[in-house]
Amino acid sequence: MNITEKILARASGKDNLEPDDVIFADVDKIMLHDVSGPGVIKTFEKLEKDGVIKVDKLFDPSMIWVTEDHFVPSVDKISAENIVKLSNFTNRFGIKKHFKYGMGQYGICHSMSHEEGLVSPGELYVGGDSHTNTTGALGAFACGLGHTDIAYAILKGRLWFKVPETLYFKLNGKLPDNVMAKDFILRIIGDITTEGAAGKAMQFGGSGISDMSVESRLTLTNMTTEAGAKNGIIEPDQKVFDYISERGITKYNAAYDDEDAQYEKTFEYEASELEPVVAKPFSPQNVSTVRETGSIDIDKSYIGSCTGAKYEDLLAAAKILKGRTVKVRTEVLPATISIYKKATENGLTQIFINAGAVVGPPTCGACCGAQMGVLAKDEVCVSTTNRNFPGRMGHLESKAYLASPLVVAASAVTGKLTDPRDL
Amino acid sequence: MKGKVIKYEQDNIDTDVILPGPYLKLHEHAELAEHAMEGMDPDFHSKVKNANIIVTGNNFGCGSSREHAPIALSASGIKAILALSFARIFYRNSVDGAYLLPIEIDEKTYSSISENDELEIDTSKNEIKNITKNQSYSMKPFPDLIGKIISAGGIFKYKP
Repeated sequence: MNITEKILARASGKDNLEPDDVIFADVDKIMLHDVSGPGVIKTFEKLEKDGVIKVDKLFDPSMIWVTEDHFVPSVDKISAENIVKLSNFTNRFGIKKHFKYGMGQYGICHSMSHEEGLVSPGELYVGGDSHTNTTGALGAFACGLGHTDIAYAILKGRLWFKVPETLYFKLNGKLPDNVMAKDFILRIIGDITTEGAAGKAMQFGGSGISDMSVESRLTLTNMTTEAGAKNGIIEPDQKVFDYISERGITKYNAAYDDEDAQYEKTFEYEASELEPVVAKPFSPQNVSTVRETGSIDIDKSYIGSCTGAKYEDLLAAAKILKGRTVKVRTEVLPATISIYKKATENGLTQIFINAGAVVGPPTCGACCGAQMGVLAKDEVCVSTTNRNFPGRMGHLESKAYLASPLVVAASAVTGKLTDPRDL
Repeated sequence: MKGKVIKYEQDNIDTDVILPGPYLKLHEHAELAEHAMEGMDPDFHSKVKNANIIVTGNNFGCGSSREHAPIALSASGIKAILALSFARIFYRNSVDGAYLLPIEIDEKTYSSISENDELEIDTSKNEIKNITKNQSYSMKPFPDLIGKIISAGGIFKYKP
């Protein structure tokens, strides 16, 4: 079995599993946020009213954690009330891990999962958000779901899964300068399309992955969602164990591929052949190199989201912005307070502000068109985020180009889509 | 079930256009219905007055896991979606939340059905009748567990 099959086998008490087997498996960790959380609460209310269930207690409050990220700071009365509802819910059921906006550490759910060491290698983790796949870079089975399924997991501690086929992506060699993990995952999505991994696992390996930092790996697994994948996963190594040990996690039950592990298909990439790329509007699969795309005038550059606002992403942007001035509106929204703090301690915040950019609070914000910097009609944005569907970041007739933090920062400086090598 | 068709002849209709991000803060089903398909079809609300089946291409419901998307469609009156394929989470949300029937069809069936055709869907026989065109098609049967969850009326009513 491969790592995905092994985690699912262990969680379902089976000796062996094959793709397409349907199982009920025990869940180890569950995440909900200020969009899926109120959905869970609504689902419980409705089912209780209909006499289907009685929610006196949850399966195990200690396996649940809650974030506030999509609509913080609250944009209006409705979103403010959702935040209150979340607090009432976590108080009532004794959920201790509720990371609140404006009360110390909080941030975007998928960055919180690794920043806070909330999920360990070998665990089965589900979250009420599609980019839950991100955390698979720590060697967990991490999978996004809707709020009914999350409600079920919260109440019963288990869920059904269909064992996915696995696509294996092997990266040979070290990424060249100015090429980031974001360029690699966009290239893959361009090659296999947004349904190329529909319902499957995307596993990454090879010397290029071993060479990558944990944060870079998280960028890869994060955007497996855009290829339709059920989960993204990487076998854990010493870098992962060191990373989680710095966050207090020293006991875990890591899983690895067996020697005879099977994959439906293997794709091989040479790192030296990769270049800075963008996904052009209106699909993450619409990928070409920055140089091929040409110098498109932009109105805004956005460095944020679970995909592109980790510390390493900010560091990359700061490398470009240091001593330069932005020509277009530029927003930097670190993914969590811990990242914001580190960026401030190490002088990055100062670099951004000196360059003329705004540094804002952690929030999903404009990535999902929710608030804080959404785009006007005809505005063009280069963004470190993950989706560029029509209207995703604002007006239906706005346009988003998805790119690495290096490309976004270089474009901020010139006011045009720019390959960092040409700056 | 029986009803008329709204046809979207395209692939990759994502949940951001089915129910745009700013409305994720809403959770009342009737309020979500008001914004269904707001990102792609301004005429959806007039169409759905006379129709309750969507026919569309590959990867319907891709993108965000927002359950708001099947809720908005269902609360607008959509009972079934016939697609060449579905995105994983949209499909699962539709079934586990018992909002609507996600039915997979083949290319021939997809091209045979037109906007406003009246269909009768019999999931017990895996059969779709096109009353308007006097044709009959087969639907891809639901996998075993999916069929059981649908019959039970959602994951919470299903007894494993």
